[in-house]
This record gives sequence, C-alpha cells and structure tokens, in this order.
Amino acid sequence: MTAVAQHTSTGLDNRKLGFWMFIGSECLLFGSLISTYLVYHGRSVSGPTPDEILNIPLTSVSTFVLLMSSLAMVLALAAVTRGDRLWTRVWLLATAGLGLTFLGMQAYEFTTFVHEGLTIKTNLFGSTFFVLTGTHGAHVAVGVLWLLTQFVRSLQGKLGPEKAINVEITGLYWHFVDVVWIVIFTVVYLLR
Amino acid sequence: MSDQLSHAEHQHPSVATYVTVAAVLTVITLVEVGVFYIPTFHPVLAPVLLTLSATKFALVVMFYMHLKSDSRIFTMMFSVPLLIALAVGIALLFLFGVFTLGGGGA
Repeated sequence: MTAVAQHTSTGLDNRKLGFWMFIGSECLLFGSLISTYLVYHGRSVSGPTPDEILNIPLTSVSTFVLLMSSLAMVLALAAVTRGDRLWTRVWLLATAGLGLTFLGMQAYEFTTFVHEGLTIKTNLFGSTFFVLTGTHGAHVAVGVLWLLTQFVRSLQGKLGPEKAINVEITGLYWHFVDVVWIVIFTVVYLLR
Repeated sequence: MSDQLSHAEHQHPSVATYVTVAAVLTVITLVEVGVFYIPTFHPVLAPVLLTLSATKFALVVMFYMHLKSDSRIFTMMFSVPLLIALAVGIALLFLFGVFTLGGGGA
C-alpha cells in the first residue's frame, strides 16, 4: 500500500515526534530510578554490599555487547534505507541476538546474586539495584521483541525503503536503552 | 508522504561514521574499566568516569539517534526532560544529604 502524504504543522513526521516525546518521559522514569539508587547508596545496614558482589569484568563485556548491538541497529537502518533486504534482516537479527546475549548475561548476574544472598528484599542496595537494572532489562526485552517483529515483517516483504521510518523509530528506542545502560554502568558499577 | 517527509528531515551519517563511533565507544569503555582498576586514578575517579560516560552518551545520541543532523525540535524534546530529570536527581541528592553545600558527602 502506498503511504499517503501527511502535511504537519512542524514539517516533521508525527510518529517520530511522538516517539521522541515518549523517550523524554522515559528520561524522567529512569532519572527517578537512578536518583533513588544514589539516594540509598551506602545506607544498607546489612550485606551483601556493591563492593562485595558486583562483577565488573562480566558487566564490562555485557556493556560492550549492548554497544555493538547499537552499531548493528544503525547498520540495519542503513541497509533498509538503501533497499538491501538481505542485510536489513542480518543486522536486525544481529541486534536482537546481541540484545538476547545481554539479557542472558543479566539473568546470569541476577541468579548469581540470589545464590550469594542478595535479593530484592535483602537490603536497600538489593531493592534499588534490582528495580533499576530489572526495569532496564525489561526495556531490553521489549526491544528484542520489537526487533524480531521487524525481522518477521522483512521476511514477509513488508519492510522496504518506504518503511525505513519504522526501523528508525525501533532504533531510537534501542539506542535510548543503550544510553540508559551507559549511565547505569558508570553510576552503579564503576562509581562506588 | 510521511515516510519521505522523515527522510527529508535529515541526512543519516555514513556507515563509516557509524563504525568509527562504535570504535570510539569501545575504546572509551576500555578506558573506563582501566581507570576503575588503576589505583592512581582513584582520587579523580568520579569526574573522570562521569566525563567518559557523558561522552559516550553524547556520541550515541548525536550519531546513532541522529540528533546532530536532525530537527532541533527533537533535540528539545529529549534534552528538556533530560535536564529536568538531572535537576530533580541533584535536588534529591541534596535533600537526602548525599551532597551537602559545604562540599562534603554524607
């Protein structure tokens, strides 16, 4: 189906404008969660504490994985824009795969913490840590589902250059999830 | 057409730019982890890590989210809530005594 021309008062695509508005609201959500983590940082009356339990090498690798997924995402956008269906599928699948790898590493980290005695109910660190990183992980999971949806649409032949805006908006979400992790990695893991 | 309208808004960076940005992001991440493990940097750990993190944040937002070349309206719609979130966060840290006006931490 051919898209119909839409004239907007801003001259911008309304879907993209609306999505940036959504991203703005997400800034406030994650801002509140990160602030809560920082406010309660170092106030736990019992362990385990961040120094005792956080695994920097593992998280550094998962950070690298998420950064590379952002690269795969922009390469998918470049491929769909030039009408290259094969590489659009390859990069969309690569992005989703890297997102799943990140989620797998987070699941491993969470499981290890629970085995070492840190749950969401253990102390203030556990509560704020699991809520913050868990909310981020849920966003990654939604992103993976969205990417797989785009991949299926591509397989169905419904994701050509005329639909590049759909991949661009998916990418905006994915990169936002990435920048949130950039902040979490520094604030939670590296700054003690 | 709205899809064409979107492409008229800006010119996406080239694939080479995307790969270069990814390489820079990787190097900065390696530096961050290195700084964390090297005791010499511990007195300045917070400002160094925050600067490196802000650089990574800016690179992703400017090049991968295209704010560098896209409409200023999008930049406003992102940066205003971001600044509000930052201001609220800093205010909370003062309110709960994590930061104090005397310069010391709780």
